[in-house]
Amino acid sequence: MDISADILQLLPEILLTGGLLILLVFGAFRGEAAEPGVNRLVIALLAVVAILVITRDSEKVKLFSDLLVLDSYGRFTQTLIIFSVIVTLLMSIAYRKASHLMQSEYPILIGFATLGMLLMVSANDLMSLYLAIELQSLSLYTLAAFDRNSERSSEAGLKFFVLGALSSGLLLYGCSFIYGAVGSTSFEVIAAAIAISDAGLSPFLFGLVLVCCGLAFKVSAVPFHMWTPDVYEGSPTTTTMFFSVAPKIAALSLLMRLLLEAFPDAINQWQQIIWFLAIASMIVGSLLAVRQNNIKRLMAYSTIAHVGYVLMGIGVGSEFAITNVLIYLSVYLVLVVGTFGCILAAKVNNLHLEKISDFSGIGRSQPIFSLAFAIMLLGLAGIPPMAGFFAKFYLFIAILRAEMYWLVLIAVLSTVVGAYYYLRIIKVMYFDEPKQELDQLTNPELNIIIGASSMVTLFFFVNHSIIVNRATRAAGSLFN
Amino acid sequence: MDWPVLSILIFQPLIGALFVCLVRGDKELVATNVKAVGLWSTGITFLLACFLWTQFDATVSDFQFLEEKAWIPSLGISYSLGTDGISIIYIVLTSFLSFICILSSWEVITDRVREYMIGFLLLETMILGAFCALDTVLFYMFFEGLLIPMFIIIGIWGGPGRVRATLKFFLYTLAGSVLFLVAILLLYLEAESSSIPTLMRSEFPFNFQIWVWLLVFASFAVKIPMWPFHTWLPEAHVEAPTAGSVILAGVLLKLGGYGFIRFSLPMFPDATAYFTPFVFILSVIAIIYTSLVALVQEDMKKLIAYSSVAHMGFVTIGLFSLTIQGVEGALFIMLSHGLVSAALFLSVGVLYDRTHSRLIKEFGGLVDKMPVYAFAFMVFSLAAIGLPGTSGFVGEMLVLVGVFPISVWTAVFAGSGVILGAAYMLWLYKRVIFGDNNTENTSILSDLGVRERCMFLPLVVAILLIGVYPKPVLNTMHLSVEKLLLLSQPTVQTKSFSQVK
Repeated sequence: MDISADILQLLPEILLTGGLLILLVFGAFRGEAAEPGVNRLVIALLAVVAILVITRDSEKVKLFSDLLVLDSYGRFTQTLIIFSVIVTLLMSIAYRKASHLMQSEYPILIGFATLGMLLMVSANDLMSLYLAIELQSLSLYTLAAFDRNSERSSEAGLKFFVLGALSSGLLLYGCSFIYGAVGSTSFEVIAAAIAISDAGLSPFLFGLVLVCCGLAFKVSAVPFHMWTPDVYEGSPTTTTMFFSVAPKIAALSLLMRLLLEAFPDAINQWQQIIWFLAIASMIVGSLLAVRQNNIKRLMAYSTIAHVGYVLMGIGVGSEFAITNVLIYLSVYLVLVVGTFGCILAAKVNNLHLEKISDFSGIGRSQPIFSLAFAIMLLGLAGIPPMAGFFAKFYLFIAILRAEMYWLVLIAVLSTVVGAYYYLRIIKVMYFDEPKQELDQLTNPELNIIIGASSMVTLFFFVNHSIIVNRATRAAGSLFN
Repeated sequence: MDWPVLSILIFQPLIGALFVCLVRGDKELVATNVKAVGLWSTGITFLLACFLWTQFDATVSDFQFLEEKAWIPSLGISYSLGTDGISIIYIVLTSFLSFICILSSWEVITDRVREYMIGFLLLETMILGAFCALDTVLFYMFFEGLLIPMFIIIGIWGGPGRVRATLKFFLYTLAGSVLFLVAILLLYLEAESSSIPTLMRSEFPFNFQIWVWLLVFASFAVKIPMWPFHTWLPEAHVEAPTAGSVILAGVLLKLGGYGFIRFSLPMFPDATAYFTPFVFILSVIAIIYTSLVALVQEDMKKLIAYSSVAHMGFVTIGLFSLTIQGVEGALFIMLSHGLVSAALFLSVGVLYDRTHSRLIKEFGGLVDKMPVYAFAFMVFSLAAIGLPGTSGFVGEMLVLVGVFPISVWTAVFAGSGVILGAAYMLWLYKRVIFGDNNTENTSILSDLGVRERCMFLPLVVAILLIGVYPKPVLNTMHLSVEKLLLLSQPTVQTKSFSQVK
């Protein structure tokens, strides 16, 4: 076997690893003075990686004795992940400056988490899958607890770590069951074995359930969502933003690949699990978000609800459905990035706002900012003509095509509940009397990102065939 | 005609809104200029709509001024616009009322004028778009998108209970709309098309029709609104600013009726036949119940809001009678009610601007202080009752004529609604316009100013004109309605809801 060809194929990931290690040393020697230089360098590094990933050959190749697979599905999701990380890093500097979190480890940890996520979506073996998840998760635990002087942040990190470790344990336990039943950890071999035995292996089913539970933790699907609100609330806001996009996309993409490439013939078994998770997430996420007063907690529940919608699409498991799930994820990325951009930009006397009531009446003093925020929220609520509507539209078509009518009914009704809590923020911004004036928005990165994401959200309806085409190709590669 | 006239019509208010954004200067100057831009913009739209009406060929039953462009190619959904004799009338109505609305809020709105104008212009674009759309997804986008500006308009410029009212309005309508979305998707999957003309010609299996009919009904019954889905309406009307109520009652409710006529009748003829008795029962309850409720209202706006529900009961009866007189009558009532309810809300608005009260008991003897106003209000009240010679009469008569051969009892009960309507309107008129000058309010009342006369005159003229000479309107819609009825005949002999029982 010629390893050197494989290494060349994996150049982006290897480049990222090497670059991050060098930057780690650099940061360690320079200390506090390294920032924001390291942040910029990580962004530059990721930009290079992004270019390499995008220009990667779309042909399906398997590397390192089938441990990893590169295809256009991986390329699509990797692009989304890197893009969201770059945006997160761009927006994080101002927040970290204000919160005295200028250690150079922050961007480097995000970089390593990104590396883990890039490997997650290209994993083609239970072993590489587990290692990639762990690389990602360990970085995430540290990021949650990054604000060492804050009790809430440490609590968030600890909670996340304990529950995350539990879920990793479940995942590993499940993998061992599957290995025991099938005798291999490779996705192809597992799929072939199930195809023969018609999924009648009870140890295998045991493993399947455990693996699904473990991954449900990672995507924060109900009933494995308990950590999400606390971690979202306690972590530094930039970390919260990071959590709510890239790891979710990575874990959901991984879940799709695992279910469709390793267990395609067990669809009747895992479909039930996924749909249960989907329904529970949609209902619980929407209902619990209604009573939240902290905007980060609200976003946590909103994430849970959105994960529910995506899982619903994954449960269908057809090529069309996966295409539309990928479109949904792309739109979700833009919406959440924009929303968190607004949350990060909203400051009074240099203090970040966290309570929803703090936003009262800003429609008067900051008309353009509030408009952008309102567009993002309407987008999340899925009101046309915003991008979020089309995301839901595509998803619902896929589910109706699978003739899951009751599932769609639950989904649309939870959309209505969802609309209520997003509208409540708009109501506070526009209809309530102003209490305080926001600081001027001077941060150029934030302004550009907020502006760009609200424009994308607003004008998505005009033409979005690029995303549709890419997503179609990506989903196609998963089924061939 | 090669020009994309409908696109120009739809997006012309949006261009006005862009200009509104560009206006600079101090607060006073901005307010004046912004209002001027709004007035011009809606005025031009109105003229364009009238021009379209003159160009409209009433001798053809097909959709006209067609435009089609690929929009979402992967699903075969297109941006397609067109009007027939039914929608053209409401396009003119919408642009007319939008113009009147801007005029009516000239002096009233002093706070955040720029946002107000943007909201109204955006709303006009959305409504015109919904009336012109020939693609279900495009229709849905406009139909639901108009909730956003309406939400903002009620929420910012409304009365004390505005927040609750606007949230209720939004969520109620949204709940209906999302079910409609499911219906659209089901139709799309069944017929592999989202084009309204194609869907109108397709035939669907009976069971499918029943379910999709119910989903569509959920949306439009909330919108129009039918009893018992009407509870958002009085609240939204009472709390909305005058112009908001005008648009809400004048046009938004009509979108519900328009939805029935575009979707329910031609696409699901069997289900329509099956559910007709059910609709008749709800409509009769609506007419009688809401008329009785209107009778005891103390707030004028609320009274008119309830009367709207009663009038919409006539509309649904007419539409589902599936006779040419009934459907044309229903369409005529919608047009007439668009003018009359708008005029009545404006009349209440005039009083509210002067006294900041809408309670009936705080007024009396206005005829001495405001003779011109009393005259205009009389015309509007009589039109609301449906007196011959006003626009209200034509529609109600046609509906009753149309429904009589279908269901005598429905006609009888609906007819009694006319009497109740006379009761609450005349009683309102008596208490407000005649009677004693018993309150302190009357001292600050002055008769209509020039702007208000400009606002009321076209309404009075229009109401009387189409009441005396309804032919142009009926001619415009006649062929389209005939074609629609042809499509709406049940294909199989369907047993109706009541016969099954």
